[in-house]
Amino acid sequence: MSVTYIDAIREAQEKLLRDDERVFLYGQDIATFGGAFKATKGLAALFPGRVFDAPIAEDAMIGLAVGAAIEGLRPIVEMQFADFSSIAFNQIVNQAATHYYRTGVPIPITVRLPSGGTPGSGPFHSQSMEGIYAQYPGLIVLTPATVSDAYHMLIDGVALDDPVVYCEHKFLYRWLKAKTINNEHLPIGQARIARPGKHATVVAYSAMVHEAVRAADRLQRDGWEIEVVDLRSVKPLDLDTILASVARTGRLLAVGESFPWGGVTAEVVSLVTEHGFNLLDAPPQRLNSRDTPVPYHPKLWASHRPTPESICDSLRQLLRF
Amino acid sequence: MRLQFPAAWFYPLPVPNLDQPPAAAELAVDRDFLRSAFRSMLVARVLESKLASLYKAGKIVGGVYLGKGQEAVSAALGTALIRGKDVFCPLIRDQAGRTAFGETMLDCTRTYLGSVEGPMGGRDGNVHRGRPQEGVPAMISHLGAQISVVAGILFARRMKGCLQDAVGATCIGDGATSTGAFHEALNLAAVEKLPLVLVVANNQFAYSTPNSRQFAAGDLVERASGYGVRGWSVDGTDLLACASVVREAVRRARVGGGPQMIVAHLLRLSGHGEHDDAFYVPQTARQSHYGRDCLEIGIRQLVEKGVATVDEIAVWRDQAAEDVQRAVAQAQQESAPDPYREDWSAIATRFPLSL
Repeated sequence: MSVTYIDAIREAQEKLLRDDERVFLYGQDIATFGGAFKATKGLAALFPGRVFDAPIAEDAMIGLAVGAAIEGLRPIVEMQFADFSSIAFNQIVNQAATHYYRTGVPIPITVRLPSGGTPGSGPFHSQSMEGIYAQYPGLIVLTPATVSDAYHMLIDGVALDDPVVYCEHKFLYRWLKAKTINNEHLPIGQARIARPGKHATVVAYSAMVHEAVRAADRLQRDGWEIEVVDLRSVKPLDLDTILASVARTGRLLAVGESFPWGGVTAEVVSLVTEHGFNLLDAPPQRLNSRDTPVPYHPKLWASHRPTPESICDSLRQLLRF
Repeated sequence: MRLQFPAAWFYPLPVPNLDQPPAAAELAVDRDFLRSAFRSMLVARVLESKLASLYKAGKIVGGVYLGKGQEAVSAALGTALIRGKDVFCPLIRDQAGRTAFGETMLDCTRTYLGSVEGPMGGRDGNVHRGRPQEGVPAMISHLGAQISVVAGILFARRMKGCLQDAVGATCIGDGATSTGAFHEALNLAAVEKLPLVLVVANNQFAYSTPNSRQFAAGDLVERASGYGVRGWSVDGTDLLACASVVREAVRRARVGGGPQMIVAHLLRLSGHGEHDDAFYVPQTARQSHYGRDCLEIGIRQLVEKGVATVDEIAVWRDQAAEDVQRAVAQAQQESAPDPYREDWSAIATRFPLSL
């Protein structure tokens, strides 16, 4: 028996529905159909009146969730693809994210964003939106990379009083398996050392953690020991863990799957430069996708996002200093 | 040189005869309701006149947005709702509805004058105020966005089993009917058969844009049936008509009739905000049936129907003026928010967390 990343998300939602009567699920095709990725499979039957199909109205879906949160409920809204959350952008960043600051009334909604690229998904089913949402005050942005984190961070995220953008990576859905879900886990806001090392630090999150670990494995054959930091949440960002790692290695590469202008990797490099300039033995580096829409063809797609090869190349350059 | 607007830009609406109000007005509207609604109109007008003066004197932090000309429908809605039970999300021109729904004058003056004691504590201003946990969500500026929030409150109450016969109401203008948020939310509310009352105040201009550049439908109420929503069209300058139509729509929502959409035809009797002299509103519009002042019509109606006397109304007005002076004076004496004491956190969670 093994548990996949998507299983963990489904299990977490089942547990939340069972343990907390304030929780309900709202999204397109999530009730009878069980969701486009089956993240809610069977839950409508298990929890009658708690799992609802929504019309194709992302803006109104989040508006409804905000209203329900004002009434003390804890809605989990599934966006069918992260890309479509652009339609709900206003309600997320202007309604939900500003509400606590403006009124003192928190909005504990969780927005699940099936994120990131998979072969053949193309420009509108592949986006990584975490950097955009992290830019706005009032949101918590989670990017789990492991099966256990997919499970625990969803449960812990729903328990927070603030709006949570939960970025779940579609590539990891069925590819990533674990024997079981660990009970031990870190709190939200704390990064994890995914792989210890001493020559350079790769800061990554979500699916890129696995690509970074692969790259580190390859470089080990050449004698390099690369440390991989899994951010887990991009907001809040655990600068302490990042700086401690850079203090050990003296070198930083930040890897993200989203577009290259700004975003999480830029924030990481900027913060380390600002707060840990004296720790750096080499100029910090960033690696992101290319600056085009996410292409459809698997060959183009594989070259658009960071890969173990491109991460190795960046690391070799970094280690040359 | 000022732009000349062709008369056709002002959409010609059927003009009802004041002496023969629409049939809906014949529905029972009791004396107490009319007195209460009118008094809220009057209070709102007096309060907003003061706000306009304060704005011109440079005493207001930010803009001032008046509901002049929209008081009748707004007050009718606020009066038809029950505070403590119903939900009311007012929009930019709903001072009368806010007053009718029980908002204190201090909530208004404190927010406009930037007192830290106000419901928004200086973190948001003017019309962006509310008390969400008392059934009054605080609007954001993005139009149409509040409809789904009110729907969500009703949806949650139904889920929790505590909805009973409560309704939720919100208001928008003609301009906001062009937004995707309006469409998404009204459709969603209809799908969920929620007891939502949506008042569309068609005041002919969205900021400066006339109806003819906003929509091509003959009357916005025609849209209601497309959503599977009950639609009502009312003369927004006629207090009696507004009272009867709004009450009936609210009653139907209360008894399970699903969403109700009321389109009130009227003319905005101010600029978009007090910074705007509304030069673009043509004389033909101002002199039309809908250019008349609902407050003056309300006085005539109340007096003619024997619901209130001119003397009584004068006393109400003087009382309102006194209350306004007091609320302004108090807010002016209070402290502004202190950036050094401000909790500069947009989230309720305090990191780092431990397990």
